[in-house]
Amino acid sequence: MPIPSDRATLTFEGCLQGVRMTLPLLPSLIVFAAAFGSLAAQKGITWDQALAMSGTVFAGASQMVSIEIWREVWSLPALLEVMAVTAFVNARMILMSASLQPWLKHASGLRQALMLFLLTDANWLLGMRYRQDGGRDLGIYLGSGLVLWVVWVAATLPGYLAGALVPEPRRFGLDLLMPIFFSAMLVPLWKGVRPALPWAVAGCIALITHALAPGYVFIMAGALAGALAGALVGDD
Amino acid sequence: MTDVIAGQAGPYLVILAMTAVTYACRASGAVLMSRVRLTPRVERALRALPGSIVVSTILPIAVQSGLSAFVGLSASITLMRVTRNDLAALAGGLAAVVLARSAGL
Repeated sequence: MPIPSDRATLTFEGCLQGVRMTLPLLPSLIVFAAAFGSLAAQKGITWDQALAMSGTVFAGASQMVSIEIWREVWSLPALLEVMAVTAFVNARMILMSASLQPWLKHASGLRQALMLFLLTDANWLLGMRYRQDGGRDLGIYLGSGLVLWVVWVAATLPGYLAGALVPEPRRFGLDLLMPIFFSAMLVPLWKGVRPALPWAVAGCIALITHALAPGYVFIMAGALAGALAGALVGDD
Repeated sequence: MTDVIAGQAGPYLVILAMTAVTYACRASGAVLMSRVRLTPRVERALRALPGSIVVSTILPIAVQSGLSAFVGLSASITLMRVTRNDLAALAGGLAAVVLARSAGL
């Protein structure tokens, strides 16, 4: 089924629906944000720095990784290292952002800039699912992004204050939260075998890259291979 | 510059730098696409992206995390197919991981 690329709307009702669609994700998100806050406290980061990071970086995996390599005294090489790691962990956002553009382009420049700031795995995927099913209200994506941001920032602080009281994310399977959410979203994204052929290519390339290259390069390599396969093989 | 990074402002500079890098990732794909003409071929590539990103992310992580991850992902997909309910799929997937791990998988 082709993505309707002609029009897009942005309504308050859409935002509310986006908030509703995000509710099931919030319990896990709260625990994840609290885990970040507690890890930050253990590493000697001040509470305002932890809040500032959640509010401006707003990307869980990269925040966790940066805390792992956090230092008491910073140097230029250490700063560059954090920037490189952040770029690697978040590189998948480049492709997510690209896939959003045909929908997003109907909004004004300022709104696009704001909505891109709110880009996360969750609201991107919820938005893409809604879009592939023929929806066009950008409020879904915006409302979802806003509620994710508010909850992410708000839940960082109690985690920080509770410190060591917040259990390890692993104990609740939360280290697999994103893969589990992603796998569930495969079901509505599934439109038959032929449109899914690029996914198989993506999966193979990702596995091979994962075995050969360090870090998170495998996401980019697999996804690009999938997009290329999609371009070469028609699905209609 | 080096003194500033080593001083009190250091952590804030680091956060600012992380914010800039992350926003660059968030915006660059859209900026790039606004310069590309939407031919049917490009549209097919974009349409293949969501599923491709999803599969590229979960497959290597599942392989690396072992059996408990496979149990969790299978439970999540199955529950989603049966119930079409995000919460059921997410909660069931996490519960399956916890159970699998406590069973020693």
